[in-house]
Amino acid sequence: MSGDAVGITGIGVTAPGGIGAKAFWELLMAGRSATRTITLFNPEGFRSRIAAECDFDPVAAGLTPREIRRMDRAAQFAVVSAREALADSGIEAGWPPPERRAVSLGSAVGCTMRLEQEYVVLSDGGRHWLVDHGYAVPRLYDYMAPSTLAAEVAWASAAEGPVALVSTGCTSGLDAVGRGVRLLQEGTADIVLAGATEAPISPITVACFDAIRATSPNNLEPGRASRPFDRDRDGFVLGEGAAVLVLERVASAVERGAHLYAEIAGFASRSNAFHMTGLRPDGREMAEAIRASLAEARKRPEEIDYINAHGSGTRQNDRHETAAFKRSFGARAYQVPVSSIKSMVGHSLGAIGSIEVAACALAIEHDMVPPTANLHTPDPECDLDYVPLTARRQPTRSVLSVGSGFGGFQSAMVLKAPAGA
Amino acid sequence: MTVRAMVTGLGVVAPAGVGAEAFWAAARAGHCALGPITRFDAAAYPVRLAGEVATFDAAAFVPGPVIPQTDRFTHLGLAAAAMALADARANPADLPEYGSAVVTGASSGGTEFGQHEIERLWREGPGSVGAYQSIAWFYAATTGQVSIRHKLRGPCGVLATEQAAGLDALGEARRMLRSGVRLVLAGGTDASLCPYGLVAQLSTGLLSAASDPSAAYLPFSPAAGGYVPGEGGAMMVIERADDAAARGIAPYGEIAGYAATFDPPPGSGRGPGLVRAAMLALRDADVPPSEIDVVFADAMGAPAWDSAEAAAISAVFGPHGVPVTAPKAGSGRSYAGGASLDVACALLSIRAGLIPPTPGGGRPDPRYAIDLVSRQPRKQRIRAALVLARGYGGFNAAVVVRAPSRPE
Repeated sequence: MSGDAVGITGIGVTAPGGIGAKAFWELLMAGRSATRTITLFNPEGFRSRIAAECDFDPVAAGLTPREIRRMDRAAQFAVVSAREALADSGIEAGWPPPERRAVSLGSAVGCTMRLEQEYVVLSDGGRHWLVDHGYAVPRLYDYMAPSTLAAEVAWASAAEGPVALVSTGCTSGLDAVGRGVRLLQEGTADIVLAGATEAPISPITVACFDAIRATSPNNLEPGRASRPFDRDRDGFVLGEGAAVLVLERVASAVERGAHLYAEIAGFASRSNAFHMTGLRPDGREMAEAIRASLAEARKRPEEIDYINAHGSGTRQNDRHETAAFKRSFGARAYQVPVSSIKSMVGHSLGAIGSIEVAACALAIEHDMVPPTANLHTPDPECDLDYVPLTARRQPTRSVLSVGSGFGGFQSAMVLKAPAGA
Repeated sequence: MTVRAMVTGLGVVAPAGVGAEAFWAAARAGHCALGPITRFDAAAYPVRLAGEVATFDAAAFVPGPVIPQTDRFTHLGLAAAAMALADARANPADLPEYGSAVVTGASSGGTEFGQHEIERLWREGPGSVGAYQSIAWFYAATTGQVSIRHKLRGPCGVLATEQAAGLDALGEARRMLRSGVRLVLAGGTDASLCPYGLVAQLSTGLLSAASDPSAAYLPFSPAAGGYVPGEGGAMMVIERADDAAARGIAPYGEIAGYAATFDPPPGSGRGPGLVRAAMLALRDADVPPSEIDVVFADAMGAPAWDSAEAAAISAVFGPHGVPVTAPKAGSGRSYAGGASLDVACALLSIRAGLIPPTPGGGRPDPRYAIDLVSRQPRKQRIRAALVLARGYGGFNAAVVVRAPSRPE
C-alpha cells in the first residue's frame, strides 16, 4: 500500500468448531463443517433451522460475571478475541501508549441478540407496540447503539486513539481491517485492533433471511448444508463468531522482534449501485475492487497463490464471484486455487471478512490452503479450482480475500508473506 | 499529496427545517422546534418531548417503491443526499465510474421499521417477517440506498460511534478524497422516535423529563436537566478544491481538520479525551486556537457532561476564550445526524458571518466560564469553526471547518 508497510502480529479468533485461532485452523485443515441444527433458540417453524454456532463458554473464555452480564454475545466474542490477539502479539502495557492505540471493528447487525431478548420482555412477547419502559435493563441503549462493540474492545485493549465500528453489512469485516491499515499508514496510531464480530443467530435475523430465501433450508443434513460452488447449493448457512487482529507497521514489528504473520499489501472496495441484494451476473464491481487491491499491492494475478472467496453458497453469489475472478484474473483464474471457508464456519455476516483475513494469514504462515467442504458436485457454471474437500499443501505467499454484501458493497484485500520470510 | 476537502453542497433535514435555507432561517433566529412527540402516544413515558422533522414528506424525495422498503432514517438520508447533490450542482455521472462514494454515520439503524417487523415475528410467528427487514433495519441501509439512487460506485462506508459518527463520516470522506475518490456524499441522518427507540434512549438517564419545550433542553444552563431526543441530520457533498474550482462552484468551506479519540475506561481517574480530539483537529488543520471564531458544542445538557465539555473548551481556548453555541438545543440531539447537522450549521454561519444563538435564551452557569451565544445571534466574521461531538460510551470527535476564502 502507499506509505508504510503494515502487517499482522496477533490473531484472535472465536469461530464455530472451536475457540481460539489454533482450534479454528485445525477445523479448516480437517475440512470439517461446523454447521448444525440451531441450539441457541428453538428454531421450530423457521424455514432454515441450521447454523454454524460457537461452542462458547464465556466463563471458560475468561470473562468476569460482570462482563458477561453487561455484554451482548457479539461483544463477548470480540473482547475474547481481542485479548487473544494482544497476547499473541506480545504487546504489553508499556508500548504503545493508549492514545496511540486504535480500534476498527466491524459488525453488520450489532447487538441484535440482546436487543431482541429485551424487546420480547418489554413488549410482553410482541403484544405491545408501546413497550413498557418499566422493564428496561439499565444498559438497553448499549444494545441499540452498535458502537458499544467497539467501545468494549477499546476497554479490553486500553485504546484511547480513534475507535470506531464499521458497519457495511457483510463486507464490514474486510472493510474494518482495511480501515485499520489506513490509520497506521496515515500515522494516526501505532497499533490497531482490527477485526469484526457478529452473533446473529436469533429469531429476528433467522426470520429476515428466511423471508428472502437467502439461507439454506437443508435442515435434514445440517453438516452438508453449506456447500459453496456445488451444483446443489441452496443458500448460505448463518454463522457467528469474531476475529480480531493486531495490526502494526512492519518497522515496529521488526524493531520489537515480533512475529509477523503477513503483510496487508492492498485493499479496495467498490459498490455496484445496482440493487440492495441483487448482483449483476458479470461481477464487474467486484472485479474492479480486485484489480484496485492488486494494483496497490503491486501484484499481478500470476503472483497470487490463493483466493479466499466470499463463497456464500447462494445461487447468485457463487456465479457472480466466479465471473469476477475470470474478469480480473483472466486465464489465471482457472489455475489459482479458490476456496470458501464458509463451507465450514458458515456465514457470520459482518464478522466473516475478518475471520477470513485470519484464515489467509494462517494460510501464508503454514503454506496450506483451506478446502471448500461439501463440494461434491461442482456447478458447471462454477468451473474454477475450488479446492474441494481436502486442504492443500503448497507455497502460499500472496493471497487475495474478497467479500460481497447487501447494499451492493464489494471489497478485496491482498495479503503477502512478510519480506524475508 | 495534500488534498483540500471542500464542502460544495448541503442537504439538511432537521426539526427546524427541511432544506438548508429553511433550517438556517430558523437556526439564526434561535427558533426552538421541540414539541410533544406525535409519532406515537408517549403519554406513558417519562419523556414526552422530541425534535421531530414534522414537515418532512418522504414522497417528495424518495421514489415510491423505495418508501415501504426502507426506514425513516433512510428516507431522511435519501432526501438530504438528493438536496446536497442538487445544491452542489454535481452529477456523479460526470465523474469516472468509481470516482464517487457515500459514507454515513449511523447510531441505531432502522429502529422503527425494525420494531414493526420484530413485533410481527413475536406476535404472528416466523413466517410473518417481511422481505425488506433484511435491507431496511441494518446500519448500512442508508449508504446502500444512496449509492444505488445516485450511482455512486466508489468505496462506500458506514461508521457507528453514536453522536461522534456524524463527524467521523466527514473524516472518512476526506480520507477517501486523499485516496483518489473525486466526490463523496457524507454525513448522517438518524431517526429513533418509535417506542422501543425512545425506551432504549431513556436507559442512559440523560434525557430531559421536562414538559415545557422552551425550557426542556438547556445546555450549559444551571437549570440543565438532560437533552431532548431529535431526528434528522445532514448530508454534504465533499470534493477536492481543484475539482470545485474547475466546476466553477463556490464552496461553503473546507473540512480542514479532523480527529477522533476515545475516553479512558470508567474509573481510571483520568479526564475524558475531548480536549485531545480538539487539539489534534486544530493541529491537523494547522489552525491555532486564536483563529477559531466559534465552537459548536456537543452540548449534552446534563450537568456532568456540560461541565466536562466546558472544561475542555477552556483548556483549549482559556476561560471565556471563544464564543460557544449549541443550535441543537432547538432541534434536539439526533445522534450521528446531529453532529453532521452541526457541521452544516457551522458552514452556514461562515457564509452568513453570524453565530446562531443557543435556543432557550438562558445564561450559562458561571462556573463553566464559557462565552455562550444565547438570546441573540452574534454578527461577526468567522474564519474557522470547531465542531465537537461525543458519542455515548466514550467516543470523541472534532472537526475544524474553515472559510473558503483562504488562498491556495
